[in-house]
Amino acid sequence: MTEIPEHLLKRAQAAREKAASEGGAAASSSDGGDSRIPEHLLERSRAAKDKGAGGAVAVAEKAAAVVAAAPVSGGVPVGAGPGGHTQRLLTVVKSGSIQDVKATPVDKVHTWPHLLAVEFVAALACTAFLFFFSIFVNAPLLQLANPNQTPNPSKAPWYFLGLQELLTMFHPMVAGVTIPGIALFALILAPYIDRNPSNKPEDRKFATSLMTVHLMFWAVLVIIGSFFRGPGFNFVFPWRDGLFFEL
Amino acid sequence: MAKTIDDQPTPTLKDRVSKIGEQMQGSQAWNSIFRPGSIFRKGYTDSPRNRSYVIMNSVLYHLHPVKVKRHAVKVSYTLCLGGLSFFLFILLTVTGIFLMFFYRPEATAAWNDIKSLQTSVAFGLLVRNMHRWGAHLMVLTVFLHMARVFYHGAYKPPREFNWVIGVVLLTLTLLLSFTGYLLPWDQLAMWAVAVGTNMMGYTPVFGSQVRFVLLGGVEIGSETLLRWYVLHVLMLPFVIVIFMAIHFWRVRKDGGISGPL
Repeated sequence: MTEIPEHLLKRAQAAREKAASEGGAAASSSDGGDSRIPEHLLERSRAAKDKGAGGAVAVAEKAAAVVAAAPVSGGVPVGAGPGGHTQRLLTVVKSGSIQDVKATPVDKVHTWPHLLAVEFVAALACTAFLFFFSIFVNAPLLQLANPNQTPNPSKAPWYFLGLQELLTMFHPMVAGVTIPGIALFALILAPYIDRNPSNKPEDRKFATSLMTVHLMFWAVLVIIGSFFRGPGFNFVFPWRDGLFFEL
Repeated sequence: MAKTIDDQPTPTLKDRVSKIGEQMQGSQAWNSIFRPGSIFRKGYTDSPRNRSYVIMNSVLYHLHPVKVKRHAVKVSYTLCLGGLSFFLFILLTVTGIFLMFFYRPEATAAWNDIKSLQTSVAFGLLVRNMHRWGAHLMVLTVFLHMARVFYHGAYKPPREFNWVIGVVLLTLTLLLSFTGYLLPWDQLAMWAVAVGTNMMGYTPVFGSQVRFVLLGGVEIGSETLLRWYVLHVLMLPFVIVIFMAIHFWRVRKDGGISGPL
């Protein structure tokens, strides 16, 4: 069975209660029929009925009989079909044959205020974080660039330190071009390689584990390159030899 | 005579303000600025119709539909990472424009400009800090956004191509950050870029040409600085904005964000 969203259930419940309370009220107040029909129309219909019963006009006789028979006797009116129907079924137009009816209604909310409020708070929190962080932590500005004096160690920006770490293990072409190139290419092709249509985590254990291994691979390399490499890009322990890392 | 005039109460300040407000809202200039149905024409009272109008009759309609899936507004689903990446881009543009007023991309001037920006420009140090940390944060949020999208399987049809655009955006973000890294022209900047461009020099077949184009010479110098400055403040932002526009447009065309799981 399809799952009915909670808010729709609530709405239906409210409508049912409203109908029940109104029905009760109508039953208690109604003695002369539905109060929504204007008084003069009721008068007119009553007059017409009286007239029909009198049989003054021959043409109107049959129609009046139909009108009068149904409410009074409740039996089969004159000129009705075999099942007692006073109308005939011409055709059935199935929903979806003319209109494109969506099978499952999508549960939606207004962008304002629901989404915009969240975005606004997120943007504000982000700005506040950046603002206060920038007040207390200064961006580094070392000595003027000097091509004749190579700092030891010289490190790339942190997001490239994984690649620099690979340089210690492979030929520069493999570490600097081939491996990141393959990684980037695999990332681009991911939606075309992964033919599994499901987005449920339990259906895509292989994909998620592969991605996790991939992300962890880079994360570990970046962390080693950032914190565990000292002078000469040799392995150091940050708690023993100090930190060789600038953002 | 005087009595009849006094019968008219003198208008209070509140009356006058509201009258001026009404005159302003009825003026042609005002109505030319705000579209029919805009909440700035008739005022806002909370109703489904006005909730739609807030989006429909404002520039936000370029970014958001009037209604979104209920699960899409759950912070725990997206963690706002994509939106925050975009917001950080805007923040970086604003702070970056501020920094451009005080910076010359020449090897002899760049470092001194940064130094004096920090010491003698009002809020110079703060804005530079915000630009720097915002850039690192943006690399992080873009990266996490990608991870989030992958783990939700949001790159699956019909969103394959938007994922590809996203990978391009990630690459452009890294390039923007990397080109900005050189601009302070200190030891950190120069040697980080030296390491990075040396690596690119190992591109097969035309490695040395790639390096020459990137450096504007055989080694890092004033030409490199000018080249990377133009890349950083003009060319890469221009390219990334185009790709962002396609990215956001495709998010909506592909039926909003993916899910629920």
